[in-house]
Amino acid sequence: MSAPIFSNAQTRGFGRFLAVAVPYGWFLVFFLAPFLIVAKISLSTAATAIPPYESLVSWADDGALVLTLHFNNYKLIFSDPVYLIAYASSLRNAAVTVIFTLLLGYPLAYFIASRSAKWRAPLLMLVMMPFWTSFLIRVYAWIGILKPNGVINSALLWLGVIDKPLDILNNQFAVYLGMVYAYLPFMVLPLYAHLEKLDWSLLEAAGDLGARPARVFREVTLPLSMPGIVAGSLLVFIPAVGEYIVPTLLGGPDTLTIGAALWNEFFSNHDWPVASTVAVALVVLLVGPLMALQNYQAKEEQKP
Amino acid sequence: MSSNKFRQMLLAGAALLIGAVPAPAAEAVLNIYNWNDYIDPDTVPAFEKATGIKVTYDLYDANETLEAKLSAGGSGYDIVVPSLFPFAARQIKGGFYQPLDKSKLKNYGHLDKGLLARMAAQDAGNAYLVPWMSGTVVIGYNVDKIKQILPNGPVDSLKMLFDPAVAAKLKDCGISIMDSPTEVFPPALLALGLNPDSKKADELKKAAALLMKVRPSVRRYDSAEYINALANGDICIAWGYSSDMQVAKHRAQEAGKGVNIAVVIPKEGALRYIDTVAIPKDAPHTEAALKFIDFIMQPEVIAKTSSKIYVMSGNADAKPFVTPEVANDPTIFPPPEVEKTIYTITGSDAATDRLRTRLWTEIKTGH
Repeated sequence: MSAPIFSNAQTRGFGRFLAVAVPYGWFLVFFLAPFLIVAKISLSTAATAIPPYESLVSWADDGALVLTLHFNNYKLIFSDPVYLIAYASSLRNAAVTVIFTLLLGYPLAYFIASRSAKWRAPLLMLVMMPFWTSFLIRVYAWIGILKPNGVINSALLWLGVIDKPLDILNNQFAVYLGMVYAYLPFMVLPLYAHLEKLDWSLLEAAGDLGARPARVFREVTLPLSMPGIVAGSLLVFIPAVGEYIVPTLLGGPDTLTIGAALWNEFFSNHDWPVASTVAVALVVLLVGPLMALQNYQAKEEQKP
Repeated sequence: MSSNKFRQMLLAGAALLIGAVPAPAAEAVLNIYNWNDYIDPDTVPAFEKATGIKVTYDLYDANETLEAKLSAGGSGYDIVVPSLFPFAARQIKGGFYQPLDKSKLKNYGHLDKGLLARMAAQDAGNAYLVPWMSGTVVIGYNVDKIKQILPNGPVDSLKMLFDPAVAAKLKDCGISIMDSPTEVFPPALLALGLNPDSKKADELKKAAALLMKVRPSVRRYDSAEYINALANGDICIAWGYSSDMQVAKHRAQEAGKGVNIAVVIPKEGALRYIDTVAIPKDAPHTEAALKFIDFIMQPEVIAKTSSKIYVMSGNADAKPFVTPEVANDPTIFPPPEVEKTIYTITGSDAATDRLRTRLWTEIKTGH
């Protein structure tokens, strides 16, 4: 019998190394490296050149290597209220989206999870079906539905319910509607994943012990599905803060979001350094919720 | 993004990862990056047939998009079509383009000398750019709806959009204004009797104050949707490119729903935009690019695009080949007395750009 190439201990050590290296490598290549590049540009000044910003490092006449860091961009985004207002309205959009996707998504996920196994797969498929069409097309479809001579207004006018088209496009209402629509699956899927694992016999036991359905839900179902609620909320909240397409297409002229502020800096002012500064500030803003998610998941895993 | 471009990106990514560089393609190819709906569909196939060069044709809808791509470097494009003011002007300074080898452009003599002279102010000796198309920024409106609301309205004047009292009357009917400060500040300055090319901060602020007064009457600030919105009757007046207004007018006619669109060069004067053809400095196929430029400078070739998109080309000898409907339209080929009122704007420094963008955000959002 020939000796194995790796001893058991060695294979386990290598496996462990891989298990740690892959996520860290992923983090390094797809998050940290791009972030550092953006952070570097944010400390530069704009120039009309390729690339359109000054190099941070230069050679002085006496041969010294000079590193120049400009913090003016950070001063700018804190001194002009427009950026803070943009951050605030992006956070508000994201928060409203989380609340409404949760209110709509929870009953939906609960309904799917409580069906027999035969029905769950097709129902889940229906939730994911919109992903088969381009996001942009789906948002454009909402324009067709909401516009003054669109589906809703034409139908209501024809029925005689209204005599003047409703103003339901290009305003904050349309932005919320579009965002809730766009992010609903991101709430439903993690909620479903947790509700599906729910031990239904616990609910029966609570009922047998005399709890009314409302109390069963409040004291048993809700606490047990809390991890799903947290995961879903963060999964919706984080991308929703940076959402650009929905407010741009469905919002009115007064819709100010961080995505639009970034666009202005990058394209209208062709100022990549300030655009990078806005992006860095956004990441810093999102680090809080991200850490919270990390923390919560770590705690959940430690639970017996 | 076209699938071709995506494949190039994947390949480039793969090459980076494995440290290999793909061999340059042997076949003759040309990568063009132009505005959407900005060429006659027969032109590229005719060029491919005449030269055997295979063309990849990608589209953009804003100068800003083009500038962002070129700024990053290594775009891979051989032909791009930037607007002269303020984009190509500053891009030349930034070293984005290569000088054109005019010895290879035997059709150069057909170009419009007047336009070339206007362009020389930004492109000394016309070293880098040749004109593609040129139009104006104008008013387009729904004739019947406006007649109903303002029977004796100042339809030939900037007052329609830049007089708060007049604009307020048109509010419910729907006003759309381009979402681009460089195309909206000049007419606002002009409506106040100021120099439309002003770079003075106090004058720009005065123009912003005027635009702020018009703001409550504006339904949408947008640079693309207004074509269909005007043609469908969703809005009744718009501020935008003359070529877009012509497209809206023709789409409305084709739809046959009784929407009648008029295009007007305001009597106070209008901003002339000139879209130009340039070769990026790092273009991989310069020879093919020069062949393409020479090909489209043939009067009968460029005339087809001119007729198709209802706009004047930068080729003076092309007019006889343009359809009479386009050639005889005074908003496309303005008569000399109108041409006198038409102005151009020049590039501005970063501080002025920032001020204008900031004022524009304030106008739109109130912050």
